[in-house]
Amino acid sequence: MTAPRLIGCHECDLLQRETDLPDGGTACCARCGAVLYRRRPRTFDRALVYAVTAAILFVIGNSFPVLGLEMNGDTIETTLYSAGRSLYDQDSRFVAVLVWVTTIVMPGLDIAAMLYLLLPLHLGRRPPGVVPVFRLLHAVRPWGMVEVFILGVLVTLVKLAHLAHAIPGIALASLSLLMFAIAAAASSFDDHEFWLRLDRLGAGVPAGPPAAGAEARP
Amino acid sequence: MSRGVPTAADYGLAVCHACHQLARLPADGHGRCPRCDSALHLRKPDSISRAWALVIAAVILYIPANLLPVMETDSLFGAQADTIMSGVVYLWTSGSPPLAALVFFASIVVPGAKLIALMLLLVTAQRRSTWQPLQRAKLYRVVEFVGRWSMLDMYVVALLVALVQLKGLATIHPGPGAIAFGAVVVITMFAAEAFDPRLIWDPLKDRHDRDSPRT
Repeated sequence: MTAPRLIGCHECDLLQRETDLPDGGTACCARCGAVLYRRRPRTFDRALVYAVTAAILFVIGNSFPVLGLEMNGDTIETTLYSAGRSLYDQDSRFVAVLVWVTTIVMPGLDIAAMLYLLLPLHLGRRPPGVVPVFRLLHAVRPWGMVEVFILGVLVTLVKLAHLAHAIPGIALASLSLLMFAIAAAASSFDDHEFWLRLDRLGAGVPAGPPAAGAEARP
Repeated sequence: MSRGVPTAADYGLAVCHACHQLARLPADGHGRCPRCDSALHLRKPDSISRAWALVIAAVILYIPANLLPVMETDSLFGAQADTIMSGVVYLWTSGSPPLAALVFFASIVVPGAKLIALMLLLVTAQRRSTWQPLQRAKLYRVVEFVGRWSMLDMYVVALLVALVQLKGLATIHPGPGAIAFGAVVVITMFAAEAFDPRLIWDPLKDRHDRDSPRT
């Protein structure tokens, strides 16, 4: 066992020693209370399950209408994409791009980056290009706003309620679950643990059967 | 708080902005994280001036965002332009006060409060204030978390524009306020990201050093 590693708080710069955490434990900065790292049992297995779930929900959420409006027998439906499309067609391009980016592009990249990092790790391999993908994941995450979009759909439902018959679509259910799946995947994925795992892979632990390395944890 | 709290910067160590790895910074001040290859800095470069520039831009845009209509409705009963506030009033009078309160909070209170909070953080950091650092650190976390919820109204406008296209009966178009509003949300998110929360804590160090020179 080596000497305890040092860790610097990313919010207040306080230098501290790392301690071993029990399962489910969280290490917080002694000065400012920022979360430094967590210890979750089977953290990457969980994160992978949530990320796969999120990917499926993301595809469904983008393929079906979110909301429909029925009036005089006619039904107008909108998907996630077409909500931005109609803004774009009416020359509100900036707002359209903002809607697309925050509801489709960023959540999509978030899920893709997580799968790209977690799948090889699950198989005991170091994903190629792990550095840029890891950075992408962190750049992208604050801009995915599925949960805000869901709230927007609810407000729209109420606003339309007495204009016409508004019908919630399949994608609405799917996107509501997606918001939980993304949040669960993000909170299961601990950066600190991730790099430790990668270091262990890099340090000559055979990339063959993952079970041996994964179970024998001090 | 104990004296002479050790910070990474004291030892020439930089915490990587991306992966939080602790790394020794070369003497010239330019280095890359050995783990994730991001640029290393002791503190985010030009944090205060960049954050100020973005905050000022957002304050200016906050005015048209609230005064110009975000949505224009053409219907049999004539044309109507809705600002964010009139949308809130409409929700309130049409029987959903809780939802009206929510939209009011997300679209008007949050962006305004966020700008005020950022200005408070910037002024205190600039004056190297040692006032309530823990409370200010918490405030910064709230600012980071809450900003995204202001996008709410953008989504409502997008959905209404997409759905309410009833030939001859009613159509809804996005208004000029929507652009300003979207810009405020994006710019304040960049401003919060530009601010370096470590600047809240650095002045404490000066005071410790002055009170008790380290041996």
